[in-house]
Amino acid sequence: MYARWVITALLIWPLIAGAVVLLVPGRLAKYVALAASLVEFAISVPLWWTFVPDGGMQFVVDRPWVAAWGIHYTVGVDGISLFLVLLTTFLMPLSILGSWSYITRRDGGFYALLLVLTTGMIGVFVSLDLFLFYVMWEVMLIPMYFIIGVWGGDNRLYAAIKFFIYTFVGSLLMLVAILVLYLHAARATGAYSFGYAHLLSNAKDLGPVAWWLFGAFFLAFAIKVPLFPLHTWLPDAHVEAPTAGSVILAGILLKMGTYGFLRFALPFFPSVALSRTVQLVIVILSLIGIIYGGLVALVQPDFKKLIAYSSVAHLGFVMLGIWALTLQSVQGALLIMINHGISTGALFFLVGMIYERRHSRLIEAYGGIARVVPLFAGILTIVSLSSIALPGTNGFVGEFLVLLGSFRTYPIATVLATTGVIVAAAYLLTALQRVIYNPLTNAENEKLSDLTLRELLVLAPLLAGILWIGIYPKPFLQRMEPSAKALIEQLRPPSSVAGQP
Amino acid sequence: MRLDPAVSHDLLLTLLPELVLTGWSLVLLLFVAWRHQTTRDLRLTGWLTFVALVSTAIATWWLWWNRASVQGTVSMVAADDFRWVADWIFLGAGALTVLVSFGYLERERLLAPEYYVLLVFGVLGMMVMAAGADLMVIFLGLELMSVAVYVLTGFDRRRARSAEAALKYFLLGAFASGFLLYGIALVYGATGTTNLGLIGTQVGALEASRSSVMLLAGLALLIVGFGFKIAAVPFHMWAPDVYDGAPTPVTGFMATGVKAAAFAALFRVLNQAFGTLTTWHDIVWWLAVVTMIGGNVFALSQRSVKRMLAYSSVAHAGYLLVAVSAGGSPATSAFLVYAIAYTLMTVGAFAILQAKGRAGESDVTIDDLSGLATRHPWLSFGLAVCMLSLLGFPGTAGFIGKWYILIAALSAGQNVLAAILVLTSVVSAGYYLPVIMAMYMKPEPDETAHLDVRLDRWGRTAVAAVVLGLLLFGVWPNRLFDLARSAGGSVQPSSTSTAVSPP
Repeated sequence: MYARWVITALLIWPLIAGAVVLLVPGRLAKYVALAASLVEFAISVPLWWTFVPDGGMQFVVDRPWVAAWGIHYTVGVDGISLFLVLLTTFLMPLSILGSWSYITRRDGGFYALLLVLTTGMIGVFVSLDLFLFYVMWEVMLIPMYFIIGVWGGDNRLYAAIKFFIYTFVGSLLMLVAILVLYLHAARATGAYSFGYAHLLSNAKDLGPVAWWLFGAFFLAFAIKVPLFPLHTWLPDAHVEAPTAGSVILAGILLKMGTYGFLRFALPFFPSVALSRTVQLVIVILSLIGIIYGGLVALVQPDFKKLIAYSSVAHLGFVMLGIWALTLQSVQGALLIMINHGISTGALFFLVGMIYERRHSRLIEAYGGIARVVPLFAGILTIVSLSSIALPGTNGFVGEFLVLLGSFRTYPIATVLATTGVIVAAAYLLTALQRVIYNPLTNAENEKLSDLTLRELLVLAPLLAGILWIGIYPKPFLQRMEPSAKALIEQLRPPSSVAGQP
Repeated sequence: MRLDPAVSHDLLLTLLPELVLTGWSLVLLLFVAWRHQTTRDLRLTGWLTFVALVSTAIATWWLWWNRASVQGTVSMVAADDFRWVADWIFLGAGALTVLVSFGYLERERLLAPEYYVLLVFGVLGMMVMAAGADLMVIFLGLELMSVAVYVLTGFDRRRARSAEAALKYFLLGAFASGFLLYGIALVYGATGTTNLGLIGTQVGALEASRSSVMLLAGLALLIVGFGFKIAAVPFHMWAPDVYDGAPTPVTGFMATGVKAAAFAALFRVLNQAFGTLTTWHDIVWWLAVVTMIGGNVFALSQRSVKRMLAYSSVAHAGYLLVAVSAGGSPATSAFLVYAIAYTLMTVGAFAILQAKGRAGESDVTIDDLSGLATRHPWLSFGLAVCMLSLLGFPGTAGFIGKWYILIAALSAGQNVLAAILVLTSVVSAGYYLPVIMAMYMKPEPDETAHLDVRLDRWGRTAVAAVVLGLLLFGVWPNRLFDLARSAGGSVQPSSTSTAVSPP
């Protein structure tokens, strides 16, 4: 029974709650929104137990929507999307709780948009109909555009429109590619359908058109990831967005790109995606992302921008892991997607909390605050270490698996990527030292107050996640494995993998 | 219901909607000759007009319901689903314009009820254009529509800009009619007939012979004439000034009704008379590309919202030309769906814009909308929905229309054209989004900035209907598709079948 309504409930509930949030008086909005997002999380939690790791789609619902065109409402999750859905429902209550004192005007609108955004994000991860996927992919753009544009920093208008247009270029070309696939499948079989399985099984023998189609999908997803050199919207959007916006942007929105590669771009066009040229280009761009992102982060005076560039580097690892296409590397990439959501989310929360106290994000404005705000300093240290991938934290497991798995496919690239881990240590530890250690020189910092109970409530689940995945990642890996294996076998016939150890 | 145009009773039935509206226009003409003093008379005329349009829509619906069709190919008027759906678009645009005009006419002190009579004549002309299965009938409809709209453009005769716009529109429009008429003459010279069906049967035979030069020249002149009415680049020069100078509700009416009527006639002419010819596909291909690029790029630099919408309507003509270029029955259906969506969103946008304009001064810049959302959340929401729909965003009817056009273009193998369409749509985000940005993300310049924004009850009703329609068709387009599909198939020449026709 649960299996039949859960996904639909996850999609509809935030919309209803969003409408209610708009109707209640402004000062109640945040309480209602928090309650609604907790209910949403509660609905999604049983997915963890009821999910059977067998490599197929589960909780599938299929209803006609625009029947004449073969458009269906088809949703379902597998071992790849399960965690992204759970990550979304997990981060939403935290984002709402974390915005309580940051958002001071038009509260109702803000929380309603966050809830609508939830629907869009979950919709992207569960859609098994390409029309539905496209609609969700676009729909989530509007709430984010408003969140950056209305509640963002000084340069918010520029950041908002840049974010919108970058995403829009890619997604419209993807729409054309989806339609070409649709018509191709219809010519081959006579059946008009946007269903994922239908299009997937008919995506062969496209000929040279496949290159163009892959290019369109690639552009849409690479902008979202973001892959160097399409990353320039990200620092602007991250820095200008309010804390909750940055957390969701980094935690979930970026994963839509990597998810898109895993779900659509790779399985639809394996011959193009795994051709030597494309492999070379993507591995090189990921490497540039890892090293360039790290180096740019090293020189950022603004803490938020530093985290933004560190995202570029982390997502570079994910791309490397996906394209290496071994079981470990794909599992590692999936795990980094989750880890990055948790660690970077926590970092953005921490920066937001200190910004609310001092109204500065500049690293040089701080120094030696460990004595004034010990709790804050302690948590920032743990989170930074997890972002650097210290053993025992979640970051280590993911990056280790990616490096291990990729070494078999791309030995040289993996060695180069390893230097990215060192660069990460360099920028985050330096920043950490300059913010919380060093002598306390600025008198304004002496009066900082430590974390409140509400802020601790926001951070505690994230810390728990960091330690859980760091120490005992097995339940996660177990659930991912069949789907990851199915994907790899689908792309690389078993015979070619058999020879390798 | 099969109607034989040779029998006078059947002929009258074929023309039933036009006859109903003509009757009403005479009633209205008498009525305004008798009562034209007070605001109350103006209101009364407006409501009579509304009733006239609704009753005509019912007459059209009756014919549609009975599946009226015409026997033989020599009829001067067509009776098919395409015509009925097109009629509903014109009648809907007219009715929405009436609702929006009440408040506007009283605010601008344009207390002349003839306004509504002209509106009715304009709609009548459009309906004749969509009905015409003969070049002469189409031309008659075009002139009837144009003359009414010329006068409506200059209706605010105390304002120099309005008069200038009317003169410009009239001079250029007369010139374009000349082109069209010359085109008709050449086509007649080549084929010996002005009936679309008969031309269609001769075109194939003529293609190889010498007189095809005359036929092609005629076709080219026809495209130029229609290109002017739909404001396709490079025949768009009049559009910004005329749209800017005309009273705002008239601009909305012009941008939707006139354009849809010209496109409807163009579809019928190209598909029924020249369906077997391939030459025009290339001409229209280039016209579409230039129009999409031109309209979108020019719109980017506009500060005035009205001028921006004028150029955006040029861009939308380009998207519709993509459908024309693709040809075939899915393209015709796509045109109808797009025209319905476009009519809703454009009338809505102009209606809200008019609420912002002060009496006597209609130059609203995008910055003037700053902070509108805090004072008028519902109006801002309506305008935001219209802008997103114009942008073609999923969840709105604008997306459904664009999507249908893309399908039509791709199934006709026009992949490059489809790519250009989406890329120019991205450019359009550069001018639609600033409107939303100004309303929601910029602070109010001062507390009195939006005090005079007012939309009366009927204007609000029209906007609410538009917004609901846009969202409804955006999420649940099933009925719209069914309607458009049967209508799209009905203008095809019966002999030819299209290679790939998606559902």
